[in-house]
Amino acid sequence: MIELLIIAVKCLVVFTAALLGVPFMVWFERKVVAHMQMRLGPMYVGPHGVLQPFADAIKLMFKEDFLPPQANKVVYYLAPVLGMTTAVLAFSVIPFGPQTNLFGLLKEPIPLQVTDLNIGLLIIFSATAMGVYGIVLAGWSSNSKYPLLGALRSTAQMASYELSLGLSTVSILMLAGSLSLNEIVNAQAGLYWGFIPRWFVFQSPTGFAAFLLYFICGVAETNRAPFDLPEAETELVAGFHTEYSSMKFAMFFMAEYVNMIAVSAIATTLFLGGWHGWGAGGDTSYGWVIGLGWFVAKVISLLFVYVWLRATLPRLRYDQLMAFGWKFLFPASLVTILATALWISRQVS
Amino acid sequence: MIKTETMTINMGPQHPSTHGVLRLVLELDGERIVRTVPHIGYLHTGVEKTCEYKTYIQAMTMTDRLDYLSPMMNNLAFMLSTEKLVGVEVPPRAQAIRVLMNELQRIASHLVWLGTHALDIGAMSVMLYCFREREMILDLFEEVCGARLTVSYFRIGGLSADLPEGYLGRVKDFITYFKQRVDEYEGLLTRNKLWLRRTVGIGKINAEEAKNWGFSGPCLRASGVAWDIRKTNPYSGYEKYDFEVPVGVNGDVYDRYLVRIAEMRQSARIVEQALASMPSGAHIADAPKVTLPPRNTLHTSMEALIHHFLIICNGVQPPPGEAYVPIESSKGELGFYMVSDGSARPYRVRMRPPSFKNLQVLPKLAEGLMVADLIAVIGSIDIVLGEIDR
Amino acid sequence: MSPWVPLLVMMLIGLGFGVVNIIASNFLGPRHPTAKKNMPYECGIEPIGNARIRFSVKFYVITMLFILFDMEAVFVYPWAVVYKQLARSGLFVFMEMALYLAIIFAGFVYVWKKGALNWED
Repeated sequence: MIELLIIAVKCLVVFTAALLGVPFMVWFERKVVAHMQMRLGPMYVGPHGVLQPFADAIKLMFKEDFLPPQANKVVYYLAPVLGMTTAVLAFSVIPFGPQTNLFGLLKEPIPLQVTDLNIGLLIIFSATAMGVYGIVLAGWSSNSKYPLLGALRSTAQMASYELSLGLSTVSILMLAGSLSLNEIVNAQAGLYWGFIPRWFVFQSPTGFAAFLLYFICGVAETNRAPFDLPEAETELVAGFHTEYSSMKFAMFFMAEYVNMIAVSAIATTLFLGGWHGWGAGGDTSYGWVIGLGWFVAKVISLLFVYVWLRATLPRLRYDQLMAFGWKFLFPASLVTILATALWISRQVS
Repeated sequence: MIKTETMTINMGPQHPSTHGVLRLVLELDGERIVRTVPHIGYLHTGVEKTCEYKTYIQAMTMTDRLDYLSPMMNNLAFMLSTEKLVGVEVPPRAQAIRVLMNELQRIASHLVWLGTHALDIGAMSVMLYCFREREMILDLFEEVCGARLTVSYFRIGGLSADLPEGYLGRVKDFITYFKQRVDEYEGLLTRNKLWLRRTVGIGKINAEEAKNWGFSGPCLRASGVAWDIRKTNPYSGYEKYDFEVPVGVNGDVYDRYLVRIAEMRQSARIVEQALASMPSGAHIADAPKVTLPPRNTLHTSMEALIHHFLIICNGVQPPPGEAYVPIESSKGELGFYMVSDGSARPYRVRMRPPSFKNLQVLPKLAEGLMVADLIAVIGSIDIVLGEIDR
Repeated sequence: MSPWVPLLVMMLIGLGFGVVNIIASNFLGPRHPTAKKNMPYECGIEPIGNARIRFSVKFYVITMLFILFDMEAVFVYPWAVVYKQLARSGLFVFMEMALYLAIIFAGFVYVWKKGALNWED
């Protein structure tokens, strides 16, 4: 019983953290983009506008919950929930930090991870792949033309990056020899020559290429600039969520941001050593706080790259995205796999 | 093959990137455009007709609202036709200031174009950088006439007021600052791979067709025709300034982008020359029947008071006739065809809106493109619906 | 307890959050449907026809190829996990996968040359 309670508490904490990450990310994005564009961004709601996303959420809560009569109602309601659920699911297997007994609060230390599955990475892939259904179903069920175009674009996008997304992580599996995220993180502990961390980006010469491939695919998966085709507002008005309002719209919005955080967290876990960093873990009572801090810091720096891309790059056309995905990303990820395999076989023999 | 249907979809009038209220009815096969039918008239204001009920000066204030991105140019085109009807000489200082204002306006208009065009294609930051500089130009306008958008700065025979003190220095500072900023926009876009992929080869039109369709302005020049009214039919003393007419090669979206960027640089050059050679003298012609007498003379001179009274009550009454003076606006050839019946109000005013003529080729350009390309093409034509619908 | 239970709990929390949100906004927000509001959005103009048509999906072939290649990619994972251990015994394991990927790659090149990836026309 106590076990179930711990699980429930953990799930709730992680879920809340993921949800609270959304307002932070919204604020962070608006602020960073604003300063890149020589303006201030939100300033009025709270100090430097930190409460702006909360104000927006409350506003959305009280907006008219619009149901288009032509829509396919069940699917129309299901789509945002599906998007949201699959987005948070990825967080259940990510290790956020080392074991902790919460400054002696608990008798036995618990890992800072909801559950360590031996196929953690596959769970993440299946969860994020399901997220596309939220978008496609939303676009289709609205029974309106712009959302339909958005949904089709989403399908096209999925069919062009998903393959490389999966293949780009194969190098990591080879290096770590496991699909469990916990073991993947632990395989990145320690330093080379005392100062270069043994992250997978540095562990093999191909590590960085794989990281780049993964991150590009991740940006495409979360529908962010320059791959924000399903919701390209200058082309499709609002894309797949044109007919959504109120909290149903907010769910898509939150799902997108949770997905961004998830992709960054996964990239951190797989390539950037997860919570490992100077002073993290170890026997000290506060080592886990530093580990958690490292994890958050790495995630935020990846999120910064997301925002940076958005402020800088124009949008691709979706046939160009498909050509890019198939003619560049796919062969590149195959080559990366073989190169990593060769490098490993030289290392072990 | 499974038989599929084409989808007919409305793009606009309420759409983020149809630049106002342009409505396009698209027939889509997949996302490829089979047919485009533009519908206009959602911003119809009836300015041309209203002009017939206003005196010339009153009518001029309405031209601010036509191409609302370059009111100075509309004012100038309207004034040039009026002045031709009236037959009044504009003093050199007023002419130089008109050139100065027009070139600043061209920069401002192209900045809005660049910003919105880049935003349409997804490069968001460029828009804010462009508007930052445009803001400075609008501030400069506000200084001379008190308005940022609805300037109405020109009068028959000159300007409403002379430049404020130290103004030329402030313009010089702006131009020096602005020239570096153009490099900044180019740094973000000109050799950006994504930008090239989205613009090169899209919406192509060759020189012959461009001429036949009545293209003018940067769109025509991008197709390789060096036609610039400032060179071919100089007005307001443009023949005194040394500048180049940038032309493109392929006539695609990218070339139209390059031409406009180059034009901003040339405009900056003209402004610099205008600043350096700014003549002194009166800002408005000394023509008692046409221009208002200076305010301070009203209390001392009976004649001045009478002229003032007559012009205000009756308006300027040009002799019967007609006039058309085209100018090179930021969008293309802009001119007002004006007929006078000898009264204080124009008998008929007809505008040649460059955006309207440039827009009519859109269905042809859009054929076979994707929806995303159509957005790029609309942006590259640089339309202003206020001018198209009038 | 099975390590899968937390996953289920997480899923339930997510679902619950979604459902509660939608129900809550149902009660909190106003609801004044009008005929104009109920129209599908088409830039403020009455829609021509309807979105439920047999719409042409040009990239259909690519999505089929995607499923094929994704299936093939799945077989790489188990190999990747055990690769480090097996690689000690020589290059045989590597050659196996190289051959497999070569076959995939050959298929990919074939598809490319056939023009299946150029779906514009």
